Amino acid sequence: MKGKLATFFSNKQLQVILYSLFIIVTSAALYFSQKSVVSFLLLLSSLLILHFMNLKNVTKWIVALGLLFILIPFASSGGPAFQSYMEVATMVGIYISMALGLNIVVGMAGLLDLGFVAFFAVGAYSYSIFATSQASNFMPFGNFPLGGESFWGFLIVGGIMAAIAGVLIGVPVLRVKGDYLAIVTLGFGEIIRIIFNNGDRPINITNGAMGIASVTPPEIFGMTLSFPNQFYFVTLLILMFTIFAVLRMEHSKLGRSWKAVRENEIAAQAMGIPLVKTKLLAFALGASFSGIMGVVFAAKQAFIDPTSFTLMESFTILVMVVLGGMGSVPGVILGAAVVTILNLQVLTELTNWLNQLSLSGVLTIPDALSPAKMQKFIFGALLVAFALYRPKGLIPAKNKIFDVKKLKDHRPDHLNNDTKENSIPIDKVQV
Amino acid sequence: MLQEILQSLPQVLVDGLTLGAVYAVVALGYTMVYGILQLINFAHGEVFMSGAFIGTAFFILIMGMGWASAIPQFILLIIVLILTASITGLVGVGLERVAYRPLRNAPRLIPLITAIGISFILQDVVRFIAELFNGNYIVTGPSLFSEQITLKASAISSIFYDARFKTSFLIVLGVAIILMVALDYFVNKTKWGTAMRAVALDRETASLMSINVNKVISITFFIGSALGGATGVLFAVQYGTIDPYIGFILGLKAFIAAVLGGIGNIRGAMVGGMLLGLMEMFASANLSLLTGGVFGAEYKDVFAFAILILVLIFKPEGLLGKPTAEKV
Repeated sequence: MKGKLATFFSNKQLQVILYSLFIIVTSAALYFSQKSVVSFLLLLSSLLILHFMNLKNVTKWIVALGLLFILIPFASSGGPAFQSYMEVATMVGIYISMALGLNIVVGMAGLLDLGFVAFFAVGAYSYSIFATSQASNFMPFGNFPLGGESFWGFLIVGGIMAAIAGVLIGVPVLRVKGDYLAIVTLGFGEIIRIIFNNGDRPINITNGAMGIASVTPPEIFGMTLSFPNQFYFVTLLILMFTIFAVLRMEHSKLGRSWKAVRENEIAAQAMGIPLVKTKLLAFALGASFSGIMGVVFAAKQAFIDPTSFTLMESFTILVMVVLGGMGSVPGVILGAAVVTILNLQVLTELTNWLNQLSLSGVLTIPDALSPAKMQKFIFGALLVAFALYRPKGLIPAKNKIFDVKKLKDHRPDHLNNDTKENSIPIDKVQV
Repeated sequence: MLQEILQSLPQVLVDGLTLGAVYAVVALGYTMVYGILQLINFAHGEVFMSGAFIGTAFFILIMGMGWASAIPQFILLIIVLILTASITGLVGVGLERVAYRPLRNAPRLIPLITAIGISFILQDVVRFIAELFNGNYIVTGPSLFSEQITLKASAISSIFYDARFKTSFLIVLGVAIILMVALDYFVNKTKWGTAMRAVALDRETASLMSINVNKVISITFFIGSALGGATGVLFAVQYGTIDPYIGFILGLKAFIAAVLGGIGNIRGAMVGGMLLGLMEMFASANLSLLTGGVFGAEYKDVFAFAILILVLIFKPEGLLGKPTAEKV
């Protein structure tokens, strides 16, 4: 029976047919229903199924892009809940991008950073200060707020600012190892939040705890972007860039050095990897993705204040990375999506449902136990359960396996003349 | 400016010593666990917080009984301290069993992550229970030892102002010092204390010398958490109002104190805690004065973290610790 099932599922045509059927049914359900969170989630999960399908990578990407850019926005546009779906999808995109950034620092380079949201804050503030009249408080020249077109430039500026913050934090921290690093980064995260929170004196830069309101929405070709469905596409484009960059980085020289540093710092140094440079680059690059999304977040919310950047946010992003699998790009994407949807959709829906139940008198749940308040408990339980029983996460990271024979065939001629003692078998070099 | 600083000095000393005593005892829990397992028990701050809640619950429970008003406050405090310390000690042992023991050979990132998870769970469970019984998770305990005492510092020299404090200040300071002295005696003079130091030095060799390593680790967690819980009770008595989120930042500060004194060193933790408490109070009283109003008292957390970073960069072994070389 099991064998039959296996052959049944390994049949490529059948897979494709079943998959298309699944997509058609879920998107139709989403389009024609008034508000159906279940079908929206099922449609999103089709991307996960796609990941496990037995298809070529290129085909998978094309299908995924088609789903993300065309089918999902179209299918969810049917009902009145369109904007709320798009809002959730945008937040998922923002968090995936941040989790991928943290994944570079924690998963690949093995540096536990507990203050990651600070970079998000840096990105968000760098746009919102200049896109409101806030900047005129301290800038001697220029005309503020800047127009909506500046958003696109600020994507880069925000990324660079966050990267600079990353390096600034990285420099003192690099002398510190392991557990200490976690505490110091946590401290830095808090410091940055406190500074933003009190940045209204002596010069009003961040407007303190009041936050910055009415941030100029981005503009493109004279069109103002202010609805979630417009931000959805912006986020998606940046996310695609992020995923592409992270995937390219993972197997590059830099990515391999990160992994070497993670596995054994001293051995890595002995192999000629510059520790300081490698770690700083991990901090800077990880931070920059977060900074870019910070800019998007500020523009989308049009209002930011320091309460959006608390420790809890840093931990949420860490939960995403641990849940998905440290160092695994598809895993982290899944983890971020699951946690964000859990936060924004599942918990609130459950709370509403329970409230209805208690209103109709079926059963009474004390207010203290309402799922929306249980977020911390759920995160804690997830962290402990995954660390104990599945430390590699939902989709464990895979090391690229090199084909020894192929590598030998591609060796330049002068190397092939080496005696056998001198050539190191590739499979033994793999860590 | 100097005059103003001097005027407030007696009050700063009083407040700083109170806070420092709390930091010092909580720091002991961090330092003991770190000395033995080289692990930061992130959840220790939450054990402290649970202690504060359990203690307050006992106070409310006992004082709700009619005959209890006949008991002197001091004896009541001792009963509650012992009860709370045993409960939080058991919480600590359970925590080690569940979250740290299975991971003793895992990469070092993993136990840190479970520790964060456990501290979230503790926070939320305490919030839930408090909210269920009290309707609100911010709990105010019964007021004990609340007679005001004025320290006539102005009688010594006219540059000082008088300092005012509650009787509970003396209680907190006294109990904390008794706890520290007792711990110091336990670790340095008793058989189990010797075993603890042996395990901290070299776990494998200690196990060859017929020391039950697991038991020693459990005892360490018991003592550390019991101290943390007892400090929680003292904190609740001193400051009155508690909420489930006091443990996290206070735990971090206590950790900073442990690092400042030299992590793994028990006397270092005491010194570091007292120092950090004094410095923090000094900073919160005088920071805006010293910087001409640019930085206010709200930067006192930044100040604490800055101390941590400076210590880690310039003297990572702390004030009383010994430098260690990293093993390959």
